[in-house]
Amino acid sequence: MISERPRISLLGTTALLFDAPGETTLETQCRIWALANEMGRLPGVQEAVPGMNNLMITFVEPPRRLHEIQDRLVELWTSVEPLPVQGRCFDLSVTYGGEGGPHMADVVTHTGMSVDEIVAIHSAPIYTVYALGSHPGYCYLGGMDLRIATPRRQIPVLRIPCGAVSIGGDQTGVSASEGPSGWNTIGSTDVVFFDVARTPPALFRPGDRVRFKVERVVR
Amino acid sequence: MIEVLSAGALATVQDLGRTGSLNLGVGWSGAMDPLALAAGNILLRNDENAAGIEIPVFPFRVRFARSTVFAVTGADCAPRLDDRPILPWWAQCAEAGQVLSLAVPKKANWQASRAYLCIAGGIDVPLVLGSRSTQLRGAFGGHQGRPLHEGDVVPIPGPGRQARSGFGLIPPGLVLPFEADGVPAVRVLPAAEYECFTPASHDALWSTPWKITPQSNRYGYRLAGSELKPVRPLELRSHGIVPGVIQVPHGGQPIIQMRDAQPSGGYPKIGTVVEADLWRLGQAPIGSHVRFVRCSWDQALDALAETRRWVANARRLVELHCSHGGSDD
Repeated sequence: MISERPRISLLGTTALLFDAPGETTLETQCRIWALANEMGRLPGVQEAVPGMNNLMITFVEPPRRLHEIQDRLVELWTSVEPLPVQGRCFDLSVTYGGEGGPHMADVVTHTGMSVDEIVAIHSAPIYTVYALGSHPGYCYLGGMDLRIATPRRQIPVLRIPCGAVSIGGDQTGVSASEGPSGWNTIGSTDVVFFDVARTPPALFRPGDRVRFKVERVVR
Repeated sequence: MIEVLSAGALATVQDLGRTGSLNLGVGWSGAMDPLALAAGNILLRNDENAAGIEIPVFPFRVRFARSTVFAVTGADCAPRLDDRPILPWWAQCAEAGQVLSLAVPKKANWQASRAYLCIAGGIDVPLVLGSRSTQLRGAFGGHQGRPLHEGDVVPIPGPGRQARSGFGLIPPGLVLPFEADGVPAVRVLPAAEYECFTPASHDALWSTPWKITPQSNRYGYRLAGSELKPVRPLELRSHGIVPGVIQVPHGGQPIIQMRDAQPSGGYPKIGTVVEADLWRLGQAPIGSHVRFVRCSWDQALDALAETRRWVANARRLVELHCSHGGSDD
């Protein structure tokens, strides 16, 4: 679903969703971060929440007339200066396949590649944290090689464990706690991504970079 | 203190929810029926956002360690104080040592599945990221970040509160009914991918009942009904979502995101149940059916205003009663 112009849609009366035009890129994400900063300052906006090349705006109170905030979004989108990436870099050790990667076989089937090829491709890039979401401390990573893109599951699974490394469409990420997921889990890591007693509670921030180090491959 | 004598699965401490931490991946949590929680708090002259206990599975029993004014709202669970039947949706007084028992909800005049135990002054657990709601996925907030177990001792504030007992409210389930062809209904605004679905899917969405399957909980309601199909397969970039969003995974059976939903997702969204009707959905029992009624932005705001008026009116009536020296029972 890639469009040429920004798309704005409703999430009930709770929020608006702004979806940036074009393919998913880091440059677009830098503009999303800038747009989030601007929108977050507007009265009536409760939170401006970046996603993958998109932005959710939640309302303090839904406005009777929507077009004012919609116009503002489009106007700011064309005028904001992209925020530069100034993140830290983290290495995460991953065990690919086996018990901790129950859907590796589905990725093999979908891509037609071997486990070793998938692991080599998945662990090659330096990923950028585009956004936090899904559950406390989870980050969406940009920069996955499209050769291992695999559609989300037909039916989401009710429980995947903390530390699950997974692929959903052309995105990848690591779950920060046990819970339901529609993504394909291919490996696991044992980092603590979220601790409410820490300030800030989340380990990663948007703009941070992540490398997956292959600890082991279970074939 | 109140001591939990028996709790089914997933009784949790909830207020009206957690905002402001979506950027950390922390979702809303909060009462599945925010009207019932607010009403319980209003009866006790608490802040509407004070924390109560949400009870979805019965029987449920607690012992009050000291005299306390309380109210049970939401589903009618034939509440008893020791052996005495008491009214739901009513400010009640318990003496130290008395036991409150809630039974499986009656098939009463209004359809409901969750009860709320509200306490004068609110359940006294710490604020975490601005809320007392239990964040089950993150294991924080509420009572130690988890559902209540038998033997738990839940802190409540000391005496000297302004609460009184001896009066009640009529449940909004009785005065604000909303149905389509005799089936409980909720209003829905189309969402981003609505137009990507086939005409037959649109017809099915608006004109057939949807069964709430047993795989439904605070995270989401998995529905069973006609298959909803996009014209072609859709794979979206992950984006923010809110409680009420109706996602359609590739299998074609919709899932409504509820209070513990992830704050982001990527399945196609055919619509969103409007905020004004989330309390209805929060009370819909497993196995029951729900209908979706398409509405406009203005109709959705009017519905929200109607629920706000109900809450404001309840507050006004309670304050009026108490300021005229309404008697204790």
